[in-house]
Amino acid sequence: MVGAALQRRLTWQLGRVIAHERETPKAWRISFAVDLGAWLAGQHVDVRLTAPDGYQAQRSYSIASAPEAETLDLVVERLEDGEVSPFLTDELRIDDQLELRGPIGGYFVWQATMAGPTQLIAGGSGLAPFLSMLDHHRAAGSDAPMRLLYSSRTRDEVIAAERLAEHRARGIGVEITLTREARDGWDGRVGRVDGPMLEATTFSAGERPLIFVCGPTAFVEKVAELAVAMGHAPNMIKTERFGG
Amino acid sequence: MDTVERHRLDGNAAAGRLEDVFAVEMTTVRATCDGCGTTAVVAELVVYADAPGTVVRCPSCSAVVIRLAQVPGSTWIDLRGARTLQIPTR
Repeated sequence: MVGAALQRRLTWQLGRVIAHERETPKAWRISFAVDLGAWLAGQHVDVRLTAPDGYQAQRSYSIASAPEAETLDLVVERLEDGEVSPFLTDELRIDDQLELRGPIGGYFVWQATMAGPTQLIAGGSGLAPFLSMLDHHRAAGSDAPMRLLYSSRTRDEVIAAERLAEHRARGIGVEITLTREARDGWDGRVGRVDGPMLEATTFSAGERPLIFVCGPTAFVEKVAELAVAMGHAPNMIKTERFGG
Repeated sequence: MDTVERHRLDGNAAAGRLEDVFAVEMTTVRATCDGCGTTAVVAELVVYADAPGTVVRCPSCSAVVIRLAQVPGSTWIDLRGARTLQIPTR
C-alpha cells in the first residue's frame, strides 16, 4: 500500500524555518526547508527539542502541506501548559533550525490513487493532516469525491479559512461547525458534531466512503462511534487522536 | 474531560519511536494481544506517551502490549504483551 519512501531509516534532520505565521489566536503555521524525502498526505513528523542540560522533549505533528509543496508545514496549537508548543509558537524565528524526523506513518494516509469517496472529519487542530490531503487532491487533479466536516470552537479559531474557501470553490464539500459561539453573519453550522449533523453533511454509509477522523481524543472517539452507528464499516474509519 | 482521557492517544503517536527501533513503518503492523488474542493494527492500539516511557495497550482488554523507554544511551523495549507482530512485506 505504501511505497519505498517509508523504508528509509529514520534519522534526525535539521529543518530551517522559512515562514512562521500566526493563523489564529492559538495556532501557528510553521514552514520548514528540510530534506526528509517524499512524504504522503496524512503522515507526520517527530519534533525534538534539547535543553542546554541535555534534557529532551519530543512530540508528533501532522504535516499540513501537500507532498507537492515546496515546504514542509506544521500547524502548531499553543498549549498553555505545554512543554514543546510554546517554544515553537513563541520562540522560534525565521532561519532557526529545529530537529525533525520522518515522514512517519502509513495508516492515516490518503493518496490520489485512492479513487473512492473520502470523508474528512476534523476537530480543532486535527485539521492539519487534512490540509495536506486537500492540497494533494487538488495538485494531483483527483476526481475522488471528497468532503470535510470541521468542528471549531469559535470563528476566530478556524484554521486556514481562506484555503478552505478555495477548496469549497473548486467543489469540495467544506462544512464548518462552531461549538462555542455563533456570531452574527456566520452562515455555517453551529453546535457539536452529532448524529443528525453527520447525516446532513457527510457521505452516507451506502456510498461506502473512506472516513478519516482527527482531533482531540474525546472528539475522535465520539465521531467514530457515531459513524459506526450510521452503518459505516469500522474498517473504513481511520482515526488519529491528538490527546486533550 | 478527565485526566486519563486527555493523555490517551493512539498508535500513530508512537510510530516514530517504534520505527526508530524496528526500522519499518509500524502503524500498519498487525499486533496480537497476548492477553485476549485481539489483533489490531498498531495505529489502532491505545497509547500513553507521557508515562515515563511509552505504553501501548490493547484497545479491547487494555492489557499492555508494548512498553518502550528511552534512557540516555539506550532504548528499552518490552514485548511480553505482544503474542505476534505481523509486518507487511514491502
